[in-house]
Amino acid sequence: MSNKHTLDCSNLLCPMPVIRTQNALKELNEGDTLEVICTDPGTLSDIPTWCRINQQEVLSTEEIDNQIIFTIKKTAI
Amino acid sequence: MTQANSIQTSNNAPQKQRKAVALISGGLDSLLAAKVIQEQGVHVEGINFYTGFCVEGHTHAIRKKDKDKQKRNNALWVAEQLGIKLHIIDISEEYKDIVLNPKHGYGANLNPCLDCKIFMVNQAQAWAWAEENGFDFIITGEVIGQRPKSQRKETMPIIARESGAEDRLLRPLCAKNLMPTLPEREGWVDRDQLYDFSGRSRKPQFELAKKFGFDDFAQPAGGCCFLTDANYSAKLADLWEARGERRYELDDIMLLKVGRHIRPKPNFKLIVSREEGENNFLKGYKKQFTSIHTVSHGGPLTLLDGAFDKDDIKLAAQIVARYSGGKSADAVTVQIENYNGTSYVMDVPPMPAHEVKEEWHV
Ligand code: SF4
Repeated sequence: MSNKHTLDCSNLLCPMPVIRTQNALKELNEGDTLEVICTDPGTLSDIPTWCRINQQEVLSTEEIDNQIIFTIKKTAI
Repeated sequence: MTQANSIQTSNNAPQKQRKAVALISGGLDSLLAAKVIQEQGVHVEGINFYTGFCVEGHTHAIRKKDKDKQKRNNALWVAEQLGIKLHIIDISEEYKDIVLNPKHGYGANLNPCLDCKIFMVNQAQAWAWAEENGFDFIITGEVIGQRPKSQRKETMPIIARESGAEDRLLRPLCAKNLMPTLPEREGWVDRDQLYDFSGRSRKPQFELAKKFGFDDFAQPAGGCCFLTDANYSAKLADLWEARGERRYELDDIMLLKVGRHIRPKPNFKLIVSREEGENNFLKGYKKQFTSIHTVSHGGPLTLLDGAFDKDDIKLAAQIVARYSGGKSADAVTVQIENYNGTSYVMDVPPMPAHEVKEEWHV
């Protein structure tokens, strides 16, 4: 059974959203998804890069108004 | 775990693959140091510390005019080049004590580089030796003589000793100028394949980068953080002086990176946004600060920091008007919003340019 979690990183500047995402994923089980809400445009590059190097899967990236919403699937590392 | 846990030696006896954690700042030196060790068959992972003063991210993210510039985080970029994991650790709270009370003092500005290095190696060590991580040694990109204060031959053993890492701290780029460390003595790495860089010249690093095929690496002019910046340090010193005590919150040091800081009187200052990106960023602080924005004309959002009375607010409003589209008008209407949500408007004459004193600019 996989669970959905949400992490609000609005108004945080990089690298804080990356750090919060990293720490939140640590607590999740394999297969769980984490939705991360960001406002710093820097996250558009940083969060996918962090996921690539740490072998986590970004399922989607949406930009709505001033928000950037990532959906990340926790993979075992 | 993506890499094999053991490697075969020539006599076929399996030998444990050693693990090193590399301090990754995002600059060229840490990239090269990690690469040199990786090339020797050691499993390397990166660690990066967030102090609150890091140059990475922030200002590019805030300022709209920089939007077209690449906004990559260099530490992440380095990790990707190396194909290693990167652990980013928020030390901003604990770091305050380093900035406020550096045992070894400051560099040219408010940069406590030596204490900072000791602290980071100490934190890296605490993380690396933790049972679930199980690393064998730590590597940094330090080079003797590269920085006048923190990277000298005499400071190298101080960092090793005071951080507690002792001889499990290896500097691959200048190891040959230093006593052999444990990883060298134990044969986990081959000392002959380490380097003897020293001095301020960057040439050997550039050559090594070329050999490894790295280009497009970051070359920050100062150090790895805002504390080496004279203007930034002046703003921080001003903040301490105005408050009558040396302390800061994370929001304070973020705001020092944004806008024009104008202190017309010792008791308060204005933080005036310079463009749209900063405007948006400052908006996020309206619940913590009294703010002023112009109504009759286009203009910057301004936060007031400190303690101020009605006359001070009027003075501030005149300065704000001076930076608005109505600077030549007889009067500009501004709205003052208190952090608790109450607000009122007033008409003020913009302050003439020559009355905004040079020394008010922090
Ligand atoms: S430049 Fe900043 S981050 Fe780098 S060692 Fe000095 S104080 Fe630390």
